[in-house]
Amino acid sequence: MHKENQPLIFEISKEGRIGYSLPELDVPETDLAGLLPEGLLREEPAELPEASELDIMRHYTALSKRNHGVDSGFYPLGSCTMKYNPKVNEAVARLSGFANVHPLQEESSVQGAMELMYDLQEHLVEITGMDEVTLQSAAGAHGEWTALMMIRAFHEANGDHNRTKVIIPDSAHGTNPASATVAGLETITVKSDENGLVDIEDLKRVAGEDTAALMLTNPNTLGLFEENILEMAEIVHGVGGKLYYDGANLNAIMSKVRPGDMGFDAVHLNLHKTFTGPHGGGGPGSGPVGVKKELIPFLPKPVLVKKDDVFTFDYDRPQSIGRIKPFYGNFGINVRAYAYIRSMGADGLKLVSEYAVLNANYMMRRLAPHFDLPYDRHCKHEFVLSGRRQKQLGVRTLDIAKRLLDFGFHPPTIYFPLNVEEGMMIEPTETESKETLDAFIDAMIQIARETEENPEIVQEAPHTTVVSRLDETQAARKPVLRYERPESAEPVAVN
Amino acid sequence: MKHRYLPMTESDKKQMLDTIGVESIDELFSDIPEKVRFDRQYDLKPMLSETDLLKELSGLAGQNADTNSHASFLGAGVYDHYKPVIVDHVISRSEFYTAYTPYQPEFSQGELQAIFEFQSMICELTGMDIANSSMYDGGTSLAEAGMLAAGHTRRKKLLISEAVHPEYRDVVKTYALGQSIDVLEIPLKDGQTDYDALRSMIDGDTAGVMVQYPNFFGQVENIREAADIAHENKSLFIVSSNPLALAVLTPPGKLGADITVGDAQPFGIPEAFGGPHCGYFAVTKKLMRKVPGRLVGETNDEEGRRGYVLTLQAREQHIRRDKATSNICSNQALNALAASVAMSALGKQGVREMAMQNISKTQYAIRAFKEAGYEVLFGGPSFNEFVVKCKEPVADLNGRLLDAGIIGGYHLGLTYPELEGHMLIAVTEQRTKEEIDALVQEMEAIHA
Ligand SMILES: Cc1ncc(COP(=O)(O)O)c(C=O)c1O
Repeated sequence: MHKENQPLIFEISKEGRIGYSLPELDVPETDLAGLLPEGLLREEPAELPEASELDIMRHYTALSKRNHGVDSGFYPLGSCTMKYNPKVNEAVARLSGFANVHPLQEESSVQGAMELMYDLQEHLVEITGMDEVTLQSAAGAHGEWTALMMIRAFHEANGDHNRTKVIIPDSAHGTNPASATVAGLETITVKSDENGLVDIEDLKRVAGEDTAALMLTNPNTLGLFEENILEMAEIVHGVGGKLYYDGANLNAIMSKVRPGDMGFDAVHLNLHKTFTGPHGGGGPGSGPVGVKKELIPFLPKPVLVKKDDVFTFDYDRPQSIGRIKPFYGNFGINVRAYAYIRSMGADGLKLVSEYAVLNANYMMRRLAPHFDLPYDRHCKHEFVLSGRRQKQLGVRTLDIAKRLLDFGFHPPTIYFPLNVEEGMMIEPTETESKETLDAFIDAMIQIARETEENPEIVQEAPHTTVVSRLDETQAARKPVLRYERPESAEPVAVN
Repeated sequence: MKHRYLPMTESDKKQMLDTIGVESIDELFSDIPEKVRFDRQYDLKPMLSETDLLKELSGLAGQNADTNSHASFLGAGVYDHYKPVIVDHVISRSEFYTAYTPYQPEFSQGELQAIFEFQSMICELTGMDIANSSMYDGGTSLAEAGMLAAGHTRRKKLLISEAVHPEYRDVVKTYALGQSIDVLEIPLKDGQTDYDALRSMIDGDTAGVMVQYPNFFGQVENIREAADIAHENKSLFIVSSNPLALAVLTPPGKLGADITVGDAQPFGIPEAFGGPHCGYFAVTKKLMRKVPGRLVGETNDEEGRRGYVLTLQAREQHIRRDKATSNICSNQALNALAASVAMSALGKQGVREMAMQNISKTQYAIRAFKEAGYEVLFGGPSFNEFVVKCKEPVADLNGRLLDAGIIGGYHLGLTYPELEGHMLIAVTEQRTKEEIDALVQEMEAIHA
């Protein structure tokens, strides 16, 4: 265990060192003072680090060793689909003809990139059962907002200006209500019933002439399939609303059921989940949006079209909601997703969902005797346990999560969804072997036993990480959000 | 079917089904109503082996003109810059790129510290007090700044300079539509924001004034004047800025900016046909609790060791849900890391030298065009872009240049009808004197 502080890059900096290599300037140097107006010439240089290339590499290597990724070990973070990130995807995204292409080049010089985008759109149309897909949104939340803006525009085009409410289950991800707010719509929460599914009676109560849309992920965030989906679609469509599908959980249902066939009018996908875009420590992602015919006129600009085997961006879209992002989306992530889909094929994607669901059910059944299982039925790609029983013994779900770190496992998503007390949301994914699942199950069972016999070891966890529990209250009360150079800073050694 | 990404064996499957107490995997899907079950196979292109995939995608990539095969003079918000090789080595460490948002700080100190360093570097360059951990891109970051201003001032109008990137302006307008915020454009005067017009447009309902520095035409405006106009009216002053330029320009924080946003793409991030890039978002202290997105803060662990955590999370969607002012969740963390590595490698000296090279080469190119008899527009100082009036339709010209191994500039007529026939040319440190001379020569070739 490292007992010392990990130095900041600023703390290893030493005046006069450099880590870059630029060619000699081959034109006369401009006199800045003569060029810029009074007051616009920077006086104090930006205090960026001064370090050699090796020092920088060691610094970031040291940081990487203080980080856990999917390649480091099991990462069953529910709702995030932390599956293996194929290395060939990284290779193709770095091909010069993809990585070093400017978005505003003449279209004739980027036909290959446009063809890939078009082909990916077509594949996603087939996978989701929608009529058209745009790749522009940068992440899931961005896709939600984009689709809600389209739904709003659709209603307004019909003269329906009072459809301002979006119905969202209490178990929904926080981005759903936040996206509604950013789109200028109001959230109405619909309750879950005793089976963890949307309460149909409550849905009937809240749906009405002011309903713009129902947002739903299916399977829902409890990992349960909303089996009344057709009835729900009927209720919402019956009052003139649209159905929105949060595709964060698509990993459960590929080749089994398509959002478009379940009655959804709009969907976003998280290509950084189901389709292996690496999570990058928090991003970048990609959140394409698929829609049914009626919503196509409202797609964001530009729309990629194919005419006589030539790809072009169509800006002439009078009903479009407008631009949602500069350029054409997170192309680099879209390349990776395309590589993944082509690596799996139709048969492979079917197995992905089957194995993701098999893995989750296996874990759920093996863990059920040791933890509370609030909703006891087949789950899909993930399931939610409750730490109620352990809490009565003085061990909270947070403690269990921290104890898992000692076993080298990233903990599940905790305290989400909000409708489960002391929730632990476990999503194994299909890329994990049975041996890995068993090792995690064993650790969880041991922690359950420790809770009964020796709760301190859980309450005081983690014991093996580079830092112990961090004081979050202090961080929020006296925020230190940047490095500030002390008066007499001496450089320290890299470690 | 066997697949290298799927470790399931027949015996695993059997044991697992037994444990669950079902006969088949299909039983696990029995809750999907029969009526909607997908009863055929996806109609997708056939699966490819690793070798064939590489072949096929190399083929597609090979159809594109890229900045390795061509000398690029195209900028307009995305630039061909020096990318220290070390950047890709760092972001290829899978402890970084296969992790997600650092929800468990004890297991994510590396990422958290890297973001804290990113926040610090952005503060240094922009002269702002606080920077967040990244946004999707410069355009959405500017739009979020507009929403912040409207929320903070409880006013419903944004004034945005026509010298702001046209695509950024469009994004601002889409977000504003959702929020019922009016967006009015401040006209141009000789390629810069017309501050007299701003003075006459601003009123008690103006939440924020938005400018770009250097502006879309590469011109370095004296934005302090705009800041004063905004502040006299109690509006927020919002600056969209190329962070590389700030190595040599007085930072927005010193010129009165309340919010500075932009894209860190010039620091080590490939053009990638427009994304993923890396929006940044920086504010003064008084706006700390209004910042969208994630913030990393310093704290201590139980033994008093320094450590980092996500902080002030009560602003965010997962806590505040429909009361949140931004819906951002996943951001562009890996690209923020890339930018940090590039900013570290360039360092205090390198960013200045690189920015200076952009300016000097741009000045050289401006002189070369003038000497060749071209009209170079706008009188103010340029950073790394300038406007030239072309002697033939820009699309034809760009087609010709491509044949000569050159990616030409941006056709301004596409977004500024009054500048039909004009090209926005970017000259970064990557362009050599020979390439600049060749550009002028090729543009002239047809007229010679
Ligand atoms: C169910 C669900 N919806 C939406 C999102 C938001 O996606 P993103 O983080 O890509 O914006 C997530 C992931 O974080 C999610 O799990």
